[in-house]
Amino acid sequence: MGERRDLVLRGGLQRLMKRGAGRLADPVFAVVTGIAGLAVLIILAYMVVVTTYTAVPVFRSQGWSFIFSTDWSPSEGKFGAFAFIYGTIITSLIALLIAVPLSLGVALFLTEIAPRWIRGPVAYLVDLLAAVPSVVYGLWGVFVLLPGFLQPIATWLSVKLGWIPIFAGPATGLSFFGAGVVLAIMIIPIITSLCREILKAVPVGEKNAAFALGATRWEMIRGAVLPRAKAGIIGAVMLGLGRALGETIAVALLVGSRAQVTASILQPGYSMAAVIANQFQEATGDHVSALVGVGVVLFGITIIVNVAARVLVWRMVES
Amino acid sequence: MSQEPAFSVRDLHVSYGGQPALKDVGMDIEPCKIIAVIGPSGCGKSTLLRCFNRMNDLIPGAKITGEVLYNGQDIYAKDVDPVTIRRSVGMVFQRPNPFPKSIRDNVAYGARINGYKGNMDELVERSLRGAALWDEVKDNLNKSALSLSGGQQQRLCIARAIAVEPDTILMDEPASALDPVATSKIEDLMQELKEKYTIIIVTHNMQQAARVSDKAAFLYTEVNETGKARWGILVEYDDTDRIFTNPRDKRTEDYISGRFG
Ligand SMILES: Nc1ncnc2c1ncn2[C@@H]1O[C@H](COP(=O)(O)OP(=O)(O)O)[C@@H](O)[C@H]1O
Ligand SMILES: [Mg+2]
Repeated sequence: MGERRDLVLRGGLQRLMKRGAGRLADPVFAVVTGIAGLAVLIILAYMVVVTTYTAVPVFRSQGWSFIFSTDWSPSEGKFGAFAFIYGTIITSLIALLIAVPLSLGVALFLTEIAPRWIRGPVAYLVDLLAAVPSVVYGLWGVFVLLPGFLQPIATWLSVKLGWIPIFAGPATGLSFFGAGVVLAIMIIPIITSLCREILKAVPVGEKNAAFALGATRWEMIRGAVLPRAKAGIIGAVMLGLGRALGETIAVALLVGSRAQVTASILQPGYSMAAVIANQFQEATGDHVSALVGVGVVLFGITIIVNVAARVLVWRMVES
Repeated sequence: MSQEPAFSVRDLHVSYGGQPALKDVGMDIEPCKIIAVIGPSGCGKSTLLRCFNRMNDLIPGAKITGEVLYNGQDIYAKDVDPVTIRRSVGMVFQRPNPFPKSIRDNVAYGARINGYKGNMDELVERSLRGAALWDEVKDNLNKSALSLSGGQQQRLCIARAIAVEPDTILMDEPASALDPVATSKIEDLMQELKEKYTIIIVTHNMQQAARVSDKAAFLYTEVNETGKARWGILVEYDDTDRIFTNPRDKRTEDYISGRFG
């Protein structure tokens, strides 16, 4: 079961592999997949080595201030990437905070509650949303969501709750908050899709057991479905987080592109992926090296998130 | 012990998505007896069993007409909540289906959702003893239920069912996935449970039905003229002794003596 859930996690490719599991015994197949796997590892290692090598000069010259300083002035040769790291993490957290409850709710609705005839179409629609290119989300965010929704909400938050530092005004639509909301919309389909697969894999027998003990539908979900699906759901959330961390275009369009660290999520900021996309064109010399360095840090964070997700999932599946 | 039947089934018809599965079933079930439901595979035994705790409600497209009186009350009446029925009519399934939780939490689950206020440790012990599992697991109550053998898991499921303090237990081929030793443990256990509970057991194992039950119901598949539609009917319902030694219906006799099915 644990193994099966792990597969479900990684979506379509894994479903294919599961179907091919019988052939794993076939030595030719084993060799081919072995080589493919090895090739992936080699390419990955090569990427890490080359990018790190390019970034080494800036790591040398800046030291730890590359990560902990907020002073990013390419003309003065100062490269402190903290504002970008901060922005990436904050926008991703906002995205998760919005996306996780909604995704889980939609997934539960689609697997346990909705009448059968709408399950298929809605699930299909959600999967379609996952296929929309991120630049479309970004543009839609800027032209539709920003004036009609983000700006009014941000203003309202700053007026009503401005005394809480994280909602301090003056509110701008182009902000951590704006980027986070659009990121949330972008990762909801993926998390929903994965959660749906995971929830569908919960054995019918256990659900019936709960019902037969006099559980209501909600008690059944809490007692039989969620404990079974917990590890998988965490994995799905982590994959969504990985997506949010690396997302470039939509954040670049909405975050406001100002390298600053503020407690208020209603202020403009920046993100790692966005600064690379925005500045790479005109960068030269150390600036290039610094942008690649930002990429290396982003890569590191993403790896940590993914490994942590795996470890969490494994540990839960074990127990 | 009152002589009122625990269940009275009248004109019961069940269909799935418009296809009839069970037609015109009528029977009375006395309390604190073991009733075996036998018949060839696909004749509607499980369907009939699920009518007693309204588990059929969970199957999309299932339609039930007729009456199932439980202690005199029609459980299919409009104002009856199936959840309350299931709290007094427990069910044990064909495949052991413990939750992926500890042994203790499995037993406590039903009591918890029912808002049980008493001493949980006591209830867990009592239920596990009632399911003849206590001695095997008393030192490992925090171990995962999934680490138990199939037979132990099934007895855990029985303990989980009786922890809700039902008066009836439905069992759908509870021993069909178990080895002979585990099977005979379950059968012995049923004899003990019958002191307190009405038990309705579906089995396709003739010897088992003959061994454990007081009364037996024989269901059989009827086919219409075109041969396309088929559904189950109740052919004969009588004392187990009579069903197995001197059945009234030729089809029962043929089935019991192994001529078909
Ligand atoms: N969930 C279901 N959906 C649709 N048809 C079902 C379902 N369960 C059972 N049936 C149909 O009802 C008939 C009786 O099935 P069942 O009660 O499981 O028989 P038995 O337990 O005697 O083997 C069969 O024809 C079966 O195909
Ligand atoms: Mg059956």
